[in-house]
Amino acid sequence: MISQLPVLVVVIPMLIAPLIVLLRHPVIAWALYTTAAACSFALAVACLLQVEQHGLLQAYLGGWEPPFGIEYRVDHANALVLCLVSGIALLVSPMALRSAADEISQPRLYLFYACLTLCLTGLLGMTATGDAFNVFVFLEISSLSGYALIAMGRSRMALLASFRYLVMGTIGGTFFLTGVGLLYAVTGTLNMADLADRIVPAFGSRVLVAAVAFIVIGLAIKIALFPLHAWLPAAYSQAPSLVTAFMAATSTKVATYVLLRFVATVVGPLVVFSALSLGQILGTLACIAMVAGSVAAIYQTDFKRLLAWSSLAQIGYIVLGISLGTDAGASAALTHMINHGLIKCGLFVIAAMLVWQHGEAAISRFAGLPRRAPLLFAAFIIGALGLIGVPGTAGFISKWVLLEALMDVGHWPAIVAVLISSLLAVIYCWRVVEIAWFTQADAAADSAVRSQPIGAWMSLCAASILIIYFGLHSDWLIALTNTAGTQLLGATR
Amino acid sequence: MTLITAALLIPLVTAVAVAATGRHARLRDACTLIGGGLLALLIFGAWPAVSGGERPEWLAWSILPGLDIYFQLEPLGLLYASVAAGLWPITSIYASGYLKGAHEKHQTRFFVCFTLAIFAAMGIALAGNLITLFLFYEVLTLSTWPLVTHKGTAEAKRGGRIYLGILLTTSIGLLLPAIVWTGTLAGSTAFSPGGILTGKASPSVLGLLYALFLFGVGKAALMPFHRWLPAAMVAPTPVSALLHAVAVVKAGVFAVLKISVMIFGLDNLFTTDASEVMSWVAGFTILMASLIALQQDNLKARLAYSTISQLAYIVLGATMATALAAQGAGLHIVMHALAKITLFFCAGAIYVAHHKTLVSELDGLGRRMPWTFAAFGLASLSIIGIPPLGGTWSKWWLTLGALEADQLWIVATLAVSSLLNIAYLIPIVARGFLRPLPDGAPTERSAGEAPLSMVLPLCLTAAGCLAAFVLAQPVLELLRGITQ
Repeated sequence: MISQLPVLVVVIPMLIAPLIVLLRHPVIAWALYTTAAACSFALAVACLLQVEQHGLLQAYLGGWEPPFGIEYRVDHANALVLCLVSGIALLVSPMALRSAADEISQPRLYLFYACLTLCLTGLLGMTATGDAFNVFVFLEISSLSGYALIAMGRSRMALLASFRYLVMGTIGGTFFLTGVGLLYAVTGTLNMADLADRIVPAFGSRVLVAAVAFIVIGLAIKIALFPLHAWLPAAYSQAPSLVTAFMAATSTKVATYVLLRFVATVVGPLVVFSALSLGQILGTLACIAMVAGSVAAIYQTDFKRLLAWSSLAQIGYIVLGISLGTDAGASAALTHMINHGLIKCGLFVIAAMLVWQHGEAAISRFAGLPRRAPLLFAAFIIGALGLIGVPGTAGFISKWVLLEALMDVGHWPAIVAVLISSLLAVIYCWRVVEIAWFTQADAAADSAVRSQPIGAWMSLCAASILIIYFGLHSDWLIALTNTAGTQLLGATR
Repeated sequence: MTLITAALLIPLVTAVAVAATGRHARLRDACTLIGGGLLALLIFGAWPAVSGGERPEWLAWSILPGLDIYFQLEPLGLLYASVAAGLWPITSIYASGYLKGAHEKHQTRFFVCFTLAIFAAMGIALAGNLITLFLFYEVLTLSTWPLVTHKGTAEAKRGGRIYLGILLTTSIGLLLPAIVWTGTLAGSTAFSPGGILTGKASPSVLGLLYALFLFGVGKAALMPFHRWLPAAMVAPTPVSALLHAVAVVKAGVFAVLKISVMIFGLDNLFTTDASEVMSWVAGFTILMASLIALQQDNLKARLAYSTISQLAYIVLGATMATALAAQGAGLHIVMHALAKITLFFCAGAIYVAHHKTLVSELDGLGRRMPWTFAAFGLASLSIIGIPPLGGTWSKWWLTLGALEADQLWIVATLAVSSLLNIAYLIPIVARGFLRPLPDGAPTERSAGEAPLSMVLPLCLTAAGCLAAFVLAQPVLELLRGITQ
């Protein structure tokens, strides 16, 4: 039973998704989605605890032993990501009931929940599997359901955004598949652990170089790493608010995790960092993303778009950590995946609450917020401080470990880029604060707004409390990510 | 531990109480006064123990290994805490009078933020490592932003932007990397007598790190990161008093002094000459800011540049890296606080009673407001450093320190700066008392002094400047503890 935990995490939501389609009633659909998220989260936490005890969880689908069958393989790194993905799914579920009913037409609601559950399945599957081809399968499951979810946004622009994402995403998926195919051609196996062993004789072969290039570019599209980010701002701002809150915190994070897995264990740092100097390329792109994303965020007038551009910058931090090729860097990347997932989820929940009240999330809607809804404003401040990386919030912890990892290797230009990006974050967050603080909302619009549903408050409170909690009490998280980093890249310190 | 928790809790509880009693102005003011009184009693009560060598400490929280929220009370911190706690009740009496007199809105928000700023100041004073210092440093920046932008006008917004922009830019862009760098070099960020960086880095690295720290602590207003201070002049005058004398700038120079003494170590700085470049910057700031102050017609702007110049004295004292100079710098924190808060109180009283903000409008006002102008005169003399006022001692000790370090150019700088102080402060008093009132000024008696709740505090602090001349000895005794 225990050895099957990694499989159960994925299978439960996978089975619940068709159930939702069969039962159709929106409230039941919501309840089923919540059940799926809760079960996955409980199982993911169980995985994490088991991994802490035993070090590694392996499950063989259908009893077929690797490298012939599909293996599910969970260590510290992906146990953490499993917890993040399922945890975020659970965190947004209280808000989902009313927010989804508000933004999506009644007849499609059950399809919405089915897609959301499928997307969750795909993301969990990408994380848990130890089989390179299986990653592609789940990548497509999550992407296809993701396109459908984004297309359900209320404006017609959502269709365009979804289509653009579809084109880019399909190219990314194809690149990834090509890369995996080339790896198979070189090594004759698809199991990741097996690949890592058999790849050694292929060092120096041109096919291997091509395979790595295809995989990294394919994943970079899914990660939305600069300059392959064009799909992300539109997709995030047009998708239903709930979808954005879920996807922003999970889908890019899972893609970065897969990148980390391939770079660190499958292909191995020897090829990636020494032979191909991919570390420099990724690092440079990450630095550009951090600065350019933040600069673009300053000029946005829509809150969701602002957050989307800020996400691009924050993804840069994660990729920067990966690009170092040290265990400290990998650990910093994992830490920031989790912390930024929480922070962005909280901020997108706020965007969803603005949409609930005003039908849009323009920054000007923040006017008079401290007076009208002090709690909502306080939650925004917490999220904003987290983005900036002020001590006491989760963002500070990840910035701290990232800076330490950068100083370890003496990567000064990147340190400067991290600091500049933080300062730009101050500017784009404080623009919103100034509008909230100094402008008054017109009284007519003020009296007409409906009050927030209790579920939204629950999601928001949970996210805000977690941001503070991880800012103050993250020694266990850092211990876990450190172990994960050492497992992935060996103790380089 | 109990002392430290109490010092942090009292302002927090007061902030809650102030927010809860916001509807009743008198009750709210009473809450502030009680909180302020308690805090002052607590802090001053700790003097004998700390002078006797006790160092209460409290490890509040361990975020990560090596990333602790840790507090320790040592002489320098106690000195800063005393300045903040001692002047807080006086400032709040003054502030309630000012806000009523100037008909400001959002008074409760004002007092809540004010109290939170004192909470942050306590955290800075008690911080036992750089992380804790950084945490409360940022809390202080954020909690004073609503005070700076209190009026909500376009000008206030612009001032607030510059204020926040410079302070956050320097702290995140320079101070934070300096802290992380220190952590990786020394393996710890805890303050310790004698410093933690001795022998851990080459002199050139130390010099670079020192510059990062000194510019990173933007609140110390070293040029070229001084612009936020004049920009923050849009705030109501009690806030300016708070910023200049009680909490913000003093937090900056206190941090500079503490980092010099307890992170780098004076001996380390002295032998490696790591602080030499920064002492030139401080000397330049002293003279340049005084020259700019000469040209300001706006009274508060003139005082602001005077503050920039006076803060650089303290930084200069830290960079000289001798025990005497460090003691002089510590002493100057107190002396300048007393004198500068008096000057700002006077500026606010003049504004409330007569709506005058320019130096050129003050002709003859001294006869209408004799107490205010007398206090202004006393405080000016203290800034200049003339006996029998407190400022004498800090300049004396700084000069002794410069002689000990064999840096004659610093002695010269101090002397020239004193002359400049005379040139930009004394004409204000002279105008008030010696020039006749302009024609057409109202002659009725009602246009006299500001309300008693404003005049009383400024007389108190002016008397404090006088008393400090006699009472400097215990402060010096306390400060000896930091360099031993």
